[in-house]
Amino acid sequence: MAQQIFAYILHKDGLVDDSAQELIVAARKLDPEAAVTAVVGGAGEQLAQACQQAAAIYPEVWKIDNPALAYINAEVIRPMLARIIPAGAITLVPHEHFGMDLAPGLSIKLNAAYLPDVVGFEGVEGGRLKAVREEFSGQVSTHVNFDLSGGAVITVRPGAFQPQEGQAAGGQVVDKSGEAGAAEPRRRYLETVAAEVGDVDITKSEILVSVGRGIEDQDNLELIHELAEAVGGEVSCSRPIVDAKWLEKARQVGTSGQTVKPKVYLALGISGSFQHMGGIKGAPFMVAVNKNPKAPIFQSADVGVVADILEFVPELTEKIKESR
Amino acid sequence: MEILVCVKRVPDTAENEIAVNKAGTDIDRDDLVYSVNEWDNYAVEEAIQIRDKVGGTVTVVSVGDDEAEEVVRREMAMGADNGLLLCDDAFTGSDGKGLATILKAAVEKGNYDLILTGAQADDGAGQVGGLLAAMLDWPYASLVNLVEIIDDKKIKVGREIAGGNQEMNEMDLPCVLSIQTGINEPRYVGIRGIRKVASVEIPVKGAADLGLVADAAGKAGAKVNRLDYFVPELGEGAEMLEGSTEEIIEKLVEILKAKGGIK
Repeated sequence: MAQQIFAYILHKDGLVDDSAQELIVAARKLDPEAAVTAVVGGAGEQLAQACQQAAAIYPEVWKIDNPALAYINAEVIRPMLARIIPAGAITLVPHEHFGMDLAPGLSIKLNAAYLPDVVGFEGVEGGRLKAVREEFSGQVSTHVNFDLSGGAVITVRPGAFQPQEGQAAGGQVVDKSGEAGAAEPRRRYLETVAAEVGDVDITKSEILVSVGRGIEDQDNLELIHELAEAVGGEVSCSRPIVDAKWLEKARQVGTSGQTVKPKVYLALGISGSFQHMGGIKGAPFMVAVNKNPKAPIFQSADVGVVADILEFVPELTEKIKESR
Repeated sequence: MEILVCVKRVPDTAENEIAVNKAGTDIDRDDLVYSVNEWDNYAVEEAIQIRDKVGGTVTVVSVGDDEAEEVVRREMAMGADNGLLLCDDAFTGSDGKGLATILKAAVEKGNYDLILTGAQADDGAGQVGGLLAAMLDWPYASLVNLVEIIDDKKIKVGREIAGGNQEMNEMDLPCVLSIQTGINEPRYVGIRGIRKVASVEIPVKGAADLGLVADAAGKAGAKVNRLDYFVPELGEGAEMLEGSTEEIIEKLVEILKAKGGIK
């Protein structure tokens, strides 16, 4: 293949993100022989620390040091990346809130093809990549044929590629700040508003009774509260419940909500999108109840029940109360 | 403020179980209920609220076949001023870049200050807004959960980032935003609202009207082509409890007790 591969490295407070380890595995899957280059943007000491860590993973690290990148802003770094990444290269970017901001536009500025949210690579033949994506919130998967011969930007789903241990690279850091050029921000970062702290901290709960779209109506939430009380757990939820303003944001589990680590997680009427599952850590014992037997949640759960939660939950609550 | 909102007609995942058809060439589309993509509905609501505050017009555009018209009409019933349908056989099989190319051509025929898309649609790609912005060379923000108009040159935009935090930005107009769900509460559209716009003429434009050459979009220009649909075998998955509801509940209570799920 012999195309140059770049991996965009996320970092925060001087620590590189887990995706740094995942992207090199993804890159090697594209081309085991490729010299993979990490690209790290930021400013000052924190950037220097991130570059050092990246150099332990990648044989070469390109650094873009600019005060305008002290808070990373896709609109600011995109033109810089477009100036330093050569035509025809393949650039891998994590598919999360920053990657989604950066990557589509980067593909245009590099005149490269774009493939979002990949969960697997199944080989390259004649400049065409066979890749795996998911659609409909993970209910079905697809193989796509992707022409990367003229250069490509690919976003890679966090967690899709398992990091490999013990690949100390001893890479060198190359300062590309000058070549990357000046910032010309048409979008200016102001501040980060911290998530509202609710009256409950679900991150500390051992038992979470979590509810999703299957609850259908706000009035039905009472069923969930009753079950939570019966088992001695807290009520949490998936995104649609917060979007509908039926429960406060502080109860939302997922990448855009709370990261929880309970011992037992009851997923009731939750389909199990990767954004939701991304908020569940520590491998809890998971019970899923969903009326759709094909719901992706059943792939992650330990125990599953195909049922309508509106009928199932009250009966379960009743039985638990009886059995005490 | 002249606002364009890009919408897509999709199978409604709240109403349907999505399954792969026998041949694995597509999802099973028999008896599917379609609706407007959920994220796009929030985008239209946001556009209407902005217009109601600062004046201007809201135009809803969709790339699709004749059936996409019902979705455009529904969003007009919410209160959008104009509809626009971009429809041509040559658009079939477009990848994300193809769609953005078609939309760009439509944008250049208008005089818009602000373009909104949904943050993602049924294919989970989340790409069209970002591609379109870069093609137009306009600034872009994704996953937007707050919009405040400062003046006719700039706006304040909140983005949803990790952990429920919100990143606040100031942006120059014109710009493109991809809208996240939860930004507002989309208004209900009743049968009366639909009736009111039932006879409104929605203009249809094809490749020639937009000045697009044959391989600018559609299958011919696509770098991404879907090969098949499948359901992956991901290990064993959950142990499914079966039997009567009573039996299942008995088993489940036992399991929960054993695993510490009942305090």
